[in-house]
Amino acid sequence: MLLIHCPYCQEERPELEFRNAGEAHIERPKDIAAISDEEFEKFFFIRSNPKGVAYERWRHIHGCARFFNAVRDTVSDRFVTTYKAGEPRVEVVRGEDGALQVKGAAQ
Amino acid sequence: MSGANRIKGKGRLTPARTVRFSFDNQVLTAVEGDTLASALLANGVHLTGRSFKYHRPRGMLSAGPEEPNALMDVGRDAVRRTPNIRATVQEVYDGMRARSQNRWPSLAFDVGGLNNLASPFFAAGFYYKTFMWPKAAWKKIYEPVIRAAAGLGVAPTEPDPDHYANHFAHCDVLVIGGGAAGLSAALAAAHAGAEVILCDEQAETGGAFHHETDAKVDGRPGWEWAQAVTAELRAMDNVRVLTRTTAFGYQAQNHVGLVERVTEHLANPDPSLPRERLWQVRAKRVVIATGAIERHMVFANNDRPGIMLASAARTYLNHFGVAVGAKVGVYTACDSAWNAAFDLKQAGVSVPAIVDVRPDPDPELVARAKELGIEVFAGQAVLDTSGKLRVKSMKVGKSSGGSTRDISIDALIMSAGWTPSVHMYSQSRGKVVWDEASQRFLPGRNVQDCVSVGACNGVDDLREAVADAAKAGHDAAIAAGISAGAAWTAPEAETGTSWAGSMMGSAAGAGTNTTVKAFVDFQNDVTAKDIRLAVREGMHSIEHVKRFTTNGMATDQGKTSNIHGLAIAAEMLDKPLPQVGLTTFRSPYTPVTFGAIVNHSRGDLFDPTRRTPMHGWEEAHGAVFEDVGQWKRAWYYPRAGEDMHEAVNRECRTVREVAGMFDASTLGKIEVVGPDAARFLNLMYTNGWDKLQPGRCKYGIMLREDGFIYDDGVVGRLAEDRFHVTTTTGGAPRVMHHMEDYLQTEFPDLKVWLTSTTEQWAVIAVQGPKAREIIAPLVEGIDLSNDAMPHMSVREGKICGVPTRLFRMSFTGEAGYEVNVPADYGEAVWKALWERAEPLGACAYGTETMHVLRAEKGYIIVGQDTDGTVTPDDAGLNWAVARKKSDFVGIRGMKRPDLVASGRKQLVGLTTKDPNIVLEEGAQIVADPNQTVPMKMIGHVTSAYWSENCGRSIAMGLVIDGRSINGKTLYVPMPDKTIEVEVTDTVFVDKEGVRLNG
Repeated sequence: MLLIHCPYCQEERPELEFRNAGEAHIERPKDIAAISDEEFEKFFFIRSNPKGVAYERWRHIHGCARFFNAVRDTVSDRFVTTYKAGEPRVEVVRGEDGALQVKGAAQ
Repeated sequence: MSGANRIKGKGRLTPARTVRFSFDNQVLTAVEGDTLASALLANGVHLTGRSFKYHRPRGMLSAGPEEPNALMDVGRDAVRRTPNIRATVQEVYDGMRARSQNRWPSLAFDVGGLNNLASPFFAAGFYYKTFMWPKAAWKKIYEPVIRAAAGLGVAPTEPDPDHYANHFAHCDVLVIGGGAAGLSAALAAAHAGAEVILCDEQAETGGAFHHETDAKVDGRPGWEWAQAVTAELRAMDNVRVLTRTTAFGYQAQNHVGLVERVTEHLANPDPSLPRERLWQVRAKRVVIATGAIERHMVFANNDRPGIMLASAARTYLNHFGVAVGAKVGVYTACDSAWNAAFDLKQAGVSVPAIVDVRPDPDPELVARAKELGIEVFAGQAVLDTSGKLRVKSMKVGKSSGGSTRDISIDALIMSAGWTPSVHMYSQSRGKVVWDEASQRFLPGRNVQDCVSVGACNGVDDLREAVADAAKAGHDAAIAAGISAGAAWTAPEAETGTSWAGSMMGSAAGAGTNTTVKAFVDFQNDVTAKDIRLAVREGMHSIEHVKRFTTNGMATDQGKTSNIHGLAIAAEMLDKPLPQVGLTTFRSPYTPVTFGAIVNHSRGDLFDPTRRTPMHGWEEAHGAVFEDVGQWKRAWYYPRAGEDMHEAVNRECRTVREVAGMFDASTLGKIEVVGPDAARFLNLMYTNGWDKLQPGRCKYGIMLREDGFIYDDGVVGRLAEDRFHVTTTTGGAPRVMHHMEDYLQTEFPDLKVWLTSTTEQWAVIAVQGPKAREIIAPLVEGIDLSNDAMPHMSVREGKICGVPTRLFRMSFTGEAGYEVNVPADYGEAVWKALWERAEPLGACAYGTETMHVLRAEKGYIIVGQDTDGTVTPDDAGLNWAVARKKSDFVGIRGMKRPDLVASGRKQLVGLTTKDPNIVLEEGAQIVADPNQTVPMKMIGHVTSAYWSENCGRSIAMGLVIDGRSINGKTLYVPMPDKTIEVEVTDTVFVDKEGVRLNG
């Protein structure tokens, strides 16, 4: 069972309290009614499903109930960081030991 | 005397403490502390089971958890019985009943043994190749027969009467393994002040000191030291020592699963104790000290009862005081078997020969053997063995040929060296690395916050292992955030014997001869030639070889066989061993019972049961309940002599003629509050909410972004800024989740608050011509007249003196109300209403009647008449989609080309030509019943009922362009007949809707 740090509660809590909510940083178009079929396809259906760095949304459903963003390494299943919904995408880099870390973060 | 093979003065058990147990109905005596294996050996029993495929007689190979052969059915009574228990692990208790498995009619004479003679047909891959065709025969003939003939134990059929516990534990340092290394690490971490959990799978700590009696730590014999250290650890407040506790799964972020066998060794366990306890440990650091496992030698007929690992024989002798034979042969490639031979000889057991494949074994060992009078065959091999139910002799000679000698023996001990137990490390997702110098796989870089110490890390020398482990334990405590500890002296071992020598794969003389059975994997009956065959057949990856031969796939997960199998494959492929690769070790390390995993989640505790406030009344009034998600809902209320059909017919009639009361409390309810509440609902639903006046309600449809119907329900506006939203019973949590998602992440600027109120309100639907008459005298402060409170309105007031949100709405097509009262008052208000309703001739009705009545009116149920691919237009609900809104969830998805194209399935009514036939929900619909199979299916039935009010069956279905073929005849082909149906609209009762306003 993973431990997940909720950026709202500021605590690591067991995975049981959370629910994954799909890929992060996919913004619903403001003028959604007017977008083309191709744009709708890209917005609604196309997901990156990466091996490695995944940006995803989680919800602390059995805690504060807030949605937040997370960066997870899908290979090692490790969370690199979590941050609040609406905050900009956190860039990460792979360190020499193969583990991901937040770009610019102190070692 | 507890067995003829018990040697006086040997071992650590107390001979006076005897217990009685039975094996295959024969009553035997053991000593307290015996394992089932040691007790049987003490009584001269080597034959303990039949092998999986060939039904060959088998005995104990080991004295530990790696045991592949001695699997038994063990229990204290008919109900408390567990199959596939390793006799080498299970402790004997008074009254224990053990039975051998996989034999018929008896262990000594087994009909399945014929498989052994037919073995040329049972080579690797045999099942895959032979039982392919005809396809139908697999399910009916091949699989049942194979499953009956193969397989291991038989699962008990009765429910388990015992209980199991679950314990979440957090610690600074978890030490897995209580041998010399694990104890040293635990001691160091504990003295540094860390919270420590030490677990060991055996009854007592000590690890290799169970058999190794030459080593000393801190000046004391290893075993004594281990027990003293364990006592010291147990006395410390910051340490928890768990024996009989196996670490079986190493999950993410140092989450380690342990299973503690709490009562399985006790004759009369306290019934309040759990049988097993599952520990879910979250450790800041993990120290893996899991030791090493000895490998067997691979040679012809190496599986006869009496042939076992040298370390096992040494354990039986030095710990249990049991000689595994009277004349014990030794076959080895490693020094450790020599020590075992010396111990046996010194205990008075005859050891006629040590056969070592190495041409020049350590001269000191050879000298010692000579001194003890043991003949040494260096550079030679055991070419074959004889003996049916127990080994009788071994044939010794040079593998290159020449003269051979048959040596009479009754046991044969062997060692091909030691395999570090990297299972836990591998489970932690670490990648093992091949160590060329020592020819073995060792832990590589640590992926999690863990460290491997001692034999599992390839440290053979005891002094080094103890020193390393103590340092690792101390470092682990510091890494876990412990700042300091009291001064303390680390333990120090005197250099014990460091065993040289090992071999992997088939020993010389095992031959490539196809008739020779040199077993690699005992439990799955995989021989050296099977692995060679797999390579010849094109399996070049060890993962393929494993699956083709099933090597290492038995319940022992190849603890003794993996390396041998790998070496043989590598030799065949002419590749260095690490290039062929090692399969990944998976959880569980050893089998874990379903009881421990399922734990409390059984029976009533399997899943929460949700009951409405009126449940008790419903039960008392004879309701039959159905499960709707976690809810128990009243299904129908049969009266004396009525079956379900009759009860539902009566309820349906009564509601339309008089009135009925229905418990609708399970409906999902969400309070949507805030200045932007209407704006928010505009985005969530297809409908427009701006013009809805406080006090009025509206049926709303919620879509997903893809334009398909997600949920529906009636929404009442209580005030400008307050809505009472209802959802389907099953949809409540996901609708709440869906709304929160949009509110928090897409529309965070809206000032709206959402609160789930499903369980705060009890809901009593009173429906039918007399609904108003029933509720009127009990309602205060609300004008119930048609003009003041028309259909689809909501009022707040009081009923029976308690607050109510009173909805005038209908899911039956009748005039009616849904009385919402605080849940605590639900039953009281229901009873008060019932007192009014019953004398008027009304009834209580259940979900089945609710379904029929709504279908008579063509009201859909989301999830029954829709399936996640139905648009509002498909369902005939276009009227509920606001035309003028610029945005709502699904607005764009609805306009996708496929969703607006013709040829979509549309919801229609269906009436059977024969009014007495009720269609089957899910049945397929075709236009031409005479076409060839597979027919072109143009739709399916979604709802079908007998309608007592219509005097005929009714149905709804989704049919391609259904609304344009009203009146057309279609067909529903069933296995026994084809049913003719006519396409109609979806309203069967009161098409004009006048009854709603009654």
